[in-house]
Amino acid sequence: MSCCDCQGKGQEELNLIEQFPEKREQLEAYIESLDISDDREKNRGFLIQSLHKAQDIFGYLPLSVQLFVADKLKLHLSEVYGVISFYSYFTDKPVGKYKINVCTGTACFVKGAGAILEEFKRYLNIECGETSRDRKFSLGALRCVGACSLAPVVMVNEKVYGKVSTKMVPDIISECK
Amino acid sequence: MINLTINDTPVSVEENATILQAAAKIGIRIPTLCHFELDCFSIEHRTGSCRICVVEVEGRRNLAPACCTPVNEDMVVKTNTIRAINARRTMLDLILSDHPKECLTCEKNGDCELQNLASEMDLHHVMYEGEMSTYKIDLACNAIVRDLNKCIMCRRCETACNDVQTVGILSGVGRGFDAVVAPAAMMPLNETKCVFCGQCVAACPVGALTEQNNKYQVWQALNQKGKHVIVQTAPAVRVAIGEEFGMDPGSIATGKLVAGLRMLGFDKVFDTDFAADLTIMEETTELIERLTKNENLPILTSCCPGWVKFLEHQFPELVYMPSTAKSPQQMFGAIAKSYYAEKLGKKPEDIICVSVMPCLAKKYEASREEFAPEGVKDVDLVISTRELADMFKEAGIQLEKLEDKEYDNPLGESTGAAIIFGASGGVLEAALRTAADWLTGEDIKDIDFNAVRGLEGIKEATVNVAGTDVKVAVTSGLGNARKVLEKIQKGEAHYHAIEIMACPGGCLNGGGQPYNHGDSDILEKRKEAIYTADSDLPIRKSHENPHIKKLYDDYLEKPGSKLAHKLLHTHYTPRKNW
Amino acid sequence: MIDSVDKLTQRTADLQGRTQAGTQILVSMGTCGVAAGAAPVLDALKSEIANRKLENAVKIVETGCMGLCHCEPSIEILDSESNKSFTYGKVKPEDAGKILDNLKDIAAGMTTVDRTWYYPELEENTENKIQARIVLKNSGRINPEILDDYLANDGYTALAKVLTKMQPQDVIDEITASGLRGRGGGGFPTGMKWSFAAAQKSDEKYMICNADEGDPGAFMDRAVLEGDPHAVLEAMAIAGYAIGANHGIIYIRAEYPLAIQRLQIAIAQAEEEGLLGDNIFGSGFNFKLELKYGAGAFVCGEETALIHSIEGKRGEPTFKPPFPAVSGLWKKPTIVNNVETYANVPAIIRRGAGWFKGIGTEKSAGTKVFALAGKVKDVGLVEVPMGTKLRDIIFGLGGGIEFDKKFKAVQTGGPSGGCIKADKLDTPIDYDNLIALGSMMGSGGMIVMDEDDCMVNIAKFFLEFTLDESCGKCTPCRVGNKRLYEMLEEICEGKGTMETLNKLRNLSHTIKDTALCGLGQTSPNPILSTMINFEDEYLAHVQNHSCPAGVCTKLITYEINDNCVGCTLCARNCPVDCISGERKGLHVIDQSKCIKCGVCYSACKFHAIDRK
Repeated sequence: MSCCDCQGKGQEELNLIEQFPEKREQLEAYIESLDISDDREKNRGFLIQSLHKAQDIFGYLPLSVQLFVADKLKLHLSEVYGVISFYSYFTDKPVGKYKINVCTGTACFVKGAGAILEEFKRYLNIECGETSRDRKFSLGALRCVGACSLAPVVMVNEKVYGKVSTKMVPDIISECK
Repeated sequence: MINLTINDTPVSVEENATILQAAAKIGIRIPTLCHFELDCFSIEHRTGSCRICVVEVEGRRNLAPACCTPVNEDMVVKTNTIRAINARRTMLDLILSDHPKECLTCEKNGDCELQNLASEMDLHHVMYEGEMSTYKIDLACNAIVRDLNKCIMCRRCETACNDVQTVGILSGVGRGFDAVVAPAAMMPLNETKCVFCGQCVAACPVGALTEQNNKYQVWQALNQKGKHVIVQTAPAVRVAIGEEFGMDPGSIATGKLVAGLRMLGFDKVFDTDFAADLTIMEETTELIERLTKNENLPILTSCCPGWVKFLEHQFPELVYMPSTAKSPQQMFGAIAKSYYAEKLGKKPEDIICVSVMPCLAKKYEASREEFAPEGVKDVDLVISTRELADMFKEAGIQLEKLEDKEYDNPLGESTGAAIIFGASGGVLEAALRTAADWLTGEDIKDIDFNAVRGLEGIKEATVNVAGTDVKVAVTSGLGNARKVLEKIQKGEAHYHAIEIMACPGGCLNGGGQPYNHGDSDILEKRKEAIYTADSDLPIRKSHENPHIKKLYDDYLEKPGSKLAHKLLHTHYTPRKNW
Repeated sequence: MIDSVDKLTQRTADLQGRTQAGTQILVSMGTCGVAAGAAPVLDALKSEIANRKLENAVKIVETGCMGLCHCEPSIEILDSESNKSFTYGKVKPEDAGKILDNLKDIAAGMTTVDRTWYYPELEENTENKIQARIVLKNSGRINPEILDDYLANDGYTALAKVLTKMQPQDVIDEITASGLRGRGGGGFPTGMKWSFAAAQKSDEKYMICNADEGDPGAFMDRAVLEGDPHAVLEAMAIAGYAIGANHGIIYIRAEYPLAIQRLQIAIAQAEEEGLLGDNIFGSGFNFKLELKYGAGAFVCGEETALIHSIEGKRGEPTFKPPFPAVSGLWKKPTIVNNVETYANVPAIIRRGAGWFKGIGTEKSAGTKVFALAGKVKDVGLVEVPMGTKLRDIIFGLGGGIEFDKKFKAVQTGGPSGGCIKADKLDTPIDYDNLIALGSMMGSGGMIVMDEDDCMVNIAKFFLEFTLDESCGKCTPCRVGNKRLYEMLEEICEGKGTMETLNKLRNLSHTIKDTALCGLGQTSPNPILSTMINFEDEYLAHVQNHSCPAGVCTKLITYEINDNCVGCTLCARNCPVDCISGERKGLHVIDQSKCIKCGVCYSACKFHAIDRK
């Protein structure tokens, strides 16, 4: 990863999209395959899927990537940022190698998800929505993965841990290698 | 027509009317906050989000927002039931619970719609107190201050910035309690493509968006020993400042304005109108040159710094198009610090040049690098009409009671052509008056170009000047400018000259003018006042201004001369589009 | 290409007449099955079949969710000769041999699961089953990735009937007569909604499927999309024909990768066979479908917000009118229905409005799928006729409360719903009864709570959700819900007063009365319903500064009593090492370090820890 924690400073971040020309090309090819025109309203209809693609490719959406998408779709940067900041799926901050998500859907909540989340916060020493300094872990909460029978559930990247107890937290963390 | 009853009073209104409009018809003003309309520009901001205007509608489960609920036949509306009143008060309570209570020291004190509501609705304490939003105040640019702690999410600024102006730097950011209106990545305005037109400030009902206040610096300047402090007043200031002193909208307060400025202690009180005449000399020369050669057309006016910045950011490939003539404010500064300074026998740095402008972008314009040759700014300080009114009030100057006074010379004399710079269409009309005379070599009497007057956003006309058909367009409001520019880019429209003003209606509705709070009438009256002032003046053509003639004879030689170019012309720079 | 009804009829007949392999093993491969370890079970079965060279005799079918979440991984054995079937739960890969040894009968030592449902479209309810599966008819029975499986179950025959034998108005009349109401929230009559859009004259109309399931305890729509995607496609085409739309959009959560994949496959299959696209069945009707992805915003369940999201904007609702049926996506007439609503449509067309109306109650026809979860023994997806009693679902299908604790409440309707207490368990569930109980149908989450749940804390949980998900547009939702949450926090920390309760109630009512969209208007429901039904708990927090359920950490302390035998179990389990004591000696909790997680309390086997 190239970019430092330079949130909000577009100038310094421009490197990121320049640093990965093959990723940029991939995104460019995707956006150009869409039916982009001079009609900004219609172009905006492609914004969310373009952002999904961009986040798939780059892992997150720093300002440089946002600007790239905005230019391609002929939109204002503010519109793109307004959308990213609205939807919880998008993030403009880098995420860790291991994305630990504690399900806090109702079923998991009544079965003690809150305590588990607290325990992860304590062990990783980060808050919900943050990434550890070494970029190894990101901690998040998500709403219902649909495995209510296994409540409380924790997801680490694609892996599902069911019937998690606070005791299992250190083990789950140490399994991330 | 639709028939309904409001508070047991029958009323009939047009289809598609809202409850708010129907109520107004029978003399009931339902309080609103997020709602904003300016009929004269078809600006309509009806999000129904503040929920202050809720009323009871018979047969409806919940309360209805009057501002966006259309009327139905036989609708029964009650605006003042205890249910509606309590809900309204709760909404106000909630807004205030996340709003600083520092009204006494707020820039917007006395002009705040929220403050007025709290007073009208007799709210004496906030019941639902809790956590308040905390944001860093954006003081970084020299035109606009953004204090998001005061933002009430009415989104009026967003409509102004995106829909009306299409500048597009403001968006809703975040969601829920943390939602706020801001530029991308919460950047400060000066890192964005903001053009500082101030239409967001004009739309903001509270103190979240205000001008960068330069009043204190003006007080300091006035009290600085050894400095010669002069002031220039823009055309649109004189037809609006009276509103701040209880004068009727549309009052022409030129003489009182001069008197008040002199009382404040300015060494000389000059007029930007003088420089407007000078602008016409230079710009018309350029227009005629481009017309005769039939190249580089259309010529675009360059008086408006908001518009110029908009072009630099959003149409960088067109930066060759505007006239190279500086704006009147900057021409005035350049002449004041050269010609006038020499006459006075003073060094440019010993003159402090203050502008009073209807505009916030002028604050930015004065700070542009190219307007500070050898490090001395042509214009040192810029205050808005509102700020000047505040200074008068602070000094105890009761403007409405002052005896009219005359501007000083040599930079105070002006013509009717200059004063109409304050209304959309004025610059072009002034240029046409001069061009017609110059091209025919006659003194043409019929000089009212009515086709380019009025508050419409886009006006087009073909004017016969000395036997040639000149196709002109006048746009105000940057959204309209965008439409015309895009047509030009696509080759769908061909003009010889276009006047562009950033603010809808031109400078009379500038971002620094007294707040209109959505009253179109005020703007109409300011416009009428400008044209009245024009027709009342004995000289109505810029090239007939005796002091302008003298300036050329004594100093500049002729329009477009080498010295004129050095002092009165500028260049434009493509800028980033974000 | 199935470009005519005749070809479809032929294809269906061929498929239905084909000889099945001797035995089919249906493996539930929905998200929850996979999460519980269905993949290794599938692999083990496959390799065991290969080892035994039984490929011709035993066929494996990977299906969507069977709804038996509590005993995943689950498999069903169908024997075509004996026409017998039985279901195993909690299958382990090592069971594969045992299963294949006993294909005709239940293998010893296996967990079996009774079938608690019948299929109203196929059979009579002769055994008085609680569940009636219309929406979930194919889920868990067919391979959702194989079009023929759907066709063999009368797939696309409803679309064929509509396009060749019915006028658009007939379709709307049929749906109206069936009494189908929107399954996503408010329960608006579907036929009436369609008729609004049908009445509009426009060059373009849109049919949207809301698959952005965001209720934090509901996964019905996902199960349908994963288990029976073609049903939704078929229904959307039918609806498109009815209102005159040629363009359909499925707006789906990006967090549902499996459902997305299955939909993509299904759309490609349908297009290839001409079941979607131009001139379907030679009728001249064109219908194309595309997927649009949500990006994590619950409020996009509100139709105007959803439309804005498809348009690439922030998902903020706007004031209605204009209603989407008049001016929706790209300002064209648009209908938004949710997945479950659509999934009912083909069956209604196949069997007729009268048949559908005969199921459920007078005002709420048909069935409703619920995601039954929380403190019940048998968590799962259930589909019951409207009018079924809550008790039958929770105690009949759910098997009662886990660990035989005491039932306290059941929450329906997610963040928009309310908590229903024990004395109302015999209420037949339908739209109107739930609203009368201060809750609502919502999308179908049904979370059961026991004596260990603090109802104030539950209300706070839902408010936190709303707070997170509020778009922030209107004052009551943006600021009002924040204040409600803060008051609930105060109460849970023992700082609330009677005045707080009053303010909480008043503000809740005002928010309901003033908020712009459905999310805001219903957000206070969890508070109001718990305040009415569990007032004593609120009073205990406020007057006695205690939390009767022992949940609110600020109001409880853990102390070790004389029962302690010094086993050290509590100290070893304590995550913050705040319990000290010698082996075989009385232990002590350092209250300054205790985080009140309750681990010691549940670990202790000697009732030596008191929660006060």
